[in-house]
Amino acid sequence: MKNLILMLTFITFSFTVFAEKLTIVSVNNGDMVRMQKLSSDFTNKNPGIELDFQFMEENVLRQKVTLDITNKGGAYDIMTIGMYEAPMWGEKGWLVPMNDLPSKFDIDDILPAVRNGLSHDGVLYASPFYGESSFTMYRVDLFAEKGLIMPDKPTWGEIYKFAKALHNPPEVNGICLRGKPGWGENAAFIGTVANAFGARWVDDKWNPQLTGPAWTHAVSFYVDLVQNYGPKGAPNNGFNENLKLFNQGKCAMWIDATVAASFVTNKEESTVYNKVNFALAPSAVTEKGGWLWSWAIAIPAGTQKEAAAKKFIMWATSKDYIKLVAEKHGWSNVPPGTRTSTYTNAMYLNNAPFARLTLGAMKAADPSMNGTLKPKPYIGVQFMTIPEFQAIGTEAGRQFSAALAGRKSVNDALKSANKSAYKLLKKGGYIK
Amino acid sequence: MLYWASLSLMRHTRSFYGKLILTPTIVLLLLWIIIPLSLTVYFSFQSYNMLDGSPTGYAGWMNYDFFIFDEAFYDAILNTFLIVLSLLLITVIFGFLFATLLNSDIFLPNFVKLLYISPFLIIPSVSALLWKNLMMDPINGFITFILNMLNFEGIDFLNEYPLGSIIAMLAWTWVPFSTLLILTSLKSVDKTILESAKIDGANPFQISLLVILPNILRSINVVILIETIFFLAVFAEISIATNGGPGTETTNLPFLIFQKGLQNFDVGESSAGGLIAVILANFVAIFLIKIMSKNI
Repeated sequence: MKNLILMLTFITFSFTVFAEKLTIVSVNNGDMVRMQKLSSDFTNKNPGIELDFQFMEENVLRQKVTLDITNKGGAYDIMTIGMYEAPMWGEKGWLVPMNDLPSKFDIDDILPAVRNGLSHDGVLYASPFYGESSFTMYRVDLFAEKGLIMPDKPTWGEIYKFAKALHNPPEVNGICLRGKPGWGENAAFIGTVANAFGARWVDDKWNPQLTGPAWTHAVSFYVDLVQNYGPKGAPNNGFNENLKLFNQGKCAMWIDATVAASFVTNKEESTVYNKVNFALAPSAVTEKGGWLWSWAIAIPAGTQKEAAAKKFIMWATSKDYIKLVAEKHGWSNVPPGTRTSTYTNAMYLNNAPFARLTLGAMKAADPSMNGTLKPKPYIGVQFMTIPEFQAIGTEAGRQFSAALAGRKSVNDALKSANKSAYKLLKKGGYIK
Repeated sequence: MLYWASLSLMRHTRSFYGKLILTPTIVLLLLWIIIPLSLTVYFSFQSYNMLDGSPTGYAGWMNYDFFIFDEAFYDAILNTFLIVLSLLLITVIFGFLFATLLNSDIFLPNFVKLLYISPFLIIPSVSALLWKNLMMDPINGFITFILNMLNFEGIDFLNEYPLGSIIAMLAWTWVPFSTLLILTSLKSVDKTILESAKIDGANPFQISLLVILPNILRSINVVILIETIFFLAVFAEISIATNGGPGTETTNLPFLIFQKGLQNFDVGESSAGGLIAVILANFVAIFLIKIMSKNI
């Protein structure tokens, strides 16, 4: 009898457990991890759907997702991708287009630069979870101590002087910048520095420009700055490593993605949350070519669970989700850089000291062909939206980190990077 | 390796029925090797960027050309052999020393012996993370902490001594392994021989070198054979601790192939690299099997 009851409960239990399970793969950035913590809100509203989150580092994520989508592996129902992948994969028909969205979602509310960056031929292929440009974060207390004043629009020359004045290791380093190899890591960031120095990845005939004067100037400057006034181990530091250092109070300045702002001002995570202020990303010969990126959520084509997946995306990238984060964690922690309505919300503007600057930087960033000082044949600011760029950027990033570690001269590193870029572009049929 | 093993198995089986009975296994083994191998050969002659979705045409020898004349290729070959040779030296020498220590009359509690073996049981990726973040980190690492206490500046191991750091991590894992194997054969060295050597007036140094060493040569050979196979394919430590960098200083052949295939998504070039690695590995295998077959 006892056994029978046990069996019956087991059977009913297994029936109730039967539900649609969505496998979500995402980058391990703080905003995404927070989404997982809040996801019970979604599962409560949609009882038939279960969520299985997998978080990984940017480089690993890219590998897994690309392998899965090109081989039609179907391991993931929802994937986090960026501005590089979304338009390319959308064009190939690998992603479910985000049309017929409910009017409540209000697609026109999405910031135009972000929406364009995630669309191909005017069709949105991935819904932005957060968007970012780059800007300068600095320690007000250290600046005051030395009597320095950070201008609203600093130049790289000024940043160099500040870094020199503030560098006092091991307590505090003048500046923290990215060195970890990877096209989305150091190559992307150094790409924006090069843009500021008037460079572009290739000229209008697709010849790589890495050995040109603008790139040489930019990378020499960067290497000089980070080697002299950066933290030890900088060639291995990416976004998350620098975030940790800044939050420990080991960096006087940090120039990186605007999304960092909500973490460095977060009481629980940062030891310097009340000593941070913000300025625009530095310029050199031009103000053009500022960072633009968005992590967005997309559905691979051919999935059986499209309806459920879309429901999830409509939840995770909605205005209501932003409100939910605001209720639970405060307005300053909502995912930034996606919706105009966030930036017209008085609560957000009052609570997030970085909001206006973020919006300004995002509006200024221009991924189009006129986005750099000299026109370029590709779309994208700190990357080129072509399949070959992944390889070009990875090789370049590897060379940059070698130069940064002092293992190679800047000229040799750039020569190697240029050579491999040339080969790859030739192989891809861009250079005739 | 498998291929050579199966062929030599065939050669050494004389009778017809013996061969017949072996055939299904051998065929299975060969299929196991031939299907992936022929796919790799096919892809190595295609232009295939994974982001294009499918191969975009015949590439001729271009993939081989690109792989072999990539600067990183020479660095990778050099690093691969540096890693193998230096680690073989380190593990055999220290393995012998530690095994002698563990085998001696010096009292060591059992848990110390157990601790001694434990690094080998740690998963490579975990040990790489441990070393990178807890030990070698130039700001928060344990070594930096010690150095700072002694009023020295922290050392940025992974950037200043990249290959040395990788070799140190690997040695930490693999010295226990060689110690274990050498220890078992030390235990089986006949005590009477040692005693007679003592009576003949040999000093401890002579005993180790002239009496013990020849007796344990066989297990040292096994250590070398097994370790070479593993060291040729070191990957996790490199991928996690240095990502092959700075530049290409810690890139070995497996990592380079991984990089071409899974970071650059160039399936064609990666396949070409894979085939080159297969050829090189077979050379090493023939060489090793020749030496081993003499000694075992």
